Amino acid sequence: MSAEFEVQKTVDYKGLFCPMPIVKVSKDIKEIEVGQVLEMLADDPGSKADMQAWSKQTGNELLDMQEEGGVFKFYVRRAS
Amino acid sequence: MAEERKKRLALAAAQGSLDAAYSPLILATTAAAMGWEVGIFFTFFGFDIINKKRMHALKVAPIANPAFPEPIPAVPVKVPNIIGTIPGMTHIATAFMKNWMGRAKLPTIPEFVEMAQEMGVRLFACSMTMGVMGVKEEDLIDGAELVGATTFLDFAADADVSLYM
Repeated sequence: MSAEFEVQKTVDYKGLFCPMPIVKVSKDIKEIEVGQVLEMLADDPGSKADMQAWSKQTGNELLDMQEEGGVFKFYVRRAS
Repeated sequence: MAEERKKRLALAAAQGSLDAAYSPLILATTAAAMGWEVGIFFTFFGFDIINKKRMHALKVAPIANPAFPEPIPAVPVKVPNIIGTIPGMTHIATAFMKNWMGRAKLPTIPEFVEMAQEMGVRLFACSMTMGVMGVKEEDLIDGAELVGATTFLDFAADADVSLYM
């Protein structure tokens, strides 16, 4: 997967619950350049909906979302 | 960031128990993570959350709290709520709760407040509460704004979401 984009940075937030993955990812996204892609791993079941809401609110683009054995992988392109 | 004007969240935090202190801080940091402007008005017992002398020692009382779970889930003994009146039970319940929070890797209340400040959350400290509760201004954490209800309402008047917690 992720053939259409290159991951610039990967962060692993497995074991953390709301709001920590979102709080952390909002800082991480500022550490890559506009247009670059951040990969985030999480296992909080709320993160699936939350990452979509966060992307909608911030304008960052959620390119892809995968789930494997209770672990979610999110791919976000920094918008601004 | 799509629109010019940022969304705004205004929270009034009026409770000072350990469990109740988390909710406004969770919502505030989440909103800040989405790029919103956030302000929390700490009033009455909620003032303890930004009181340097008390923020480390917030407690949760098991008495009259039917939601409080059994201390040891593996041992199916129903603990009568009246047990909560025994001296020391609040201390024990607080220790349990801190343990759960720590296990979930959630920050402590002081850590949460600091994180909120770093994210630009404005902390409005209710000046009336300070007077009524006899809190000294030097007990207030650095960076909090000592204001009255008017200032908070002026901030909240332009809020997209306002919640009393």
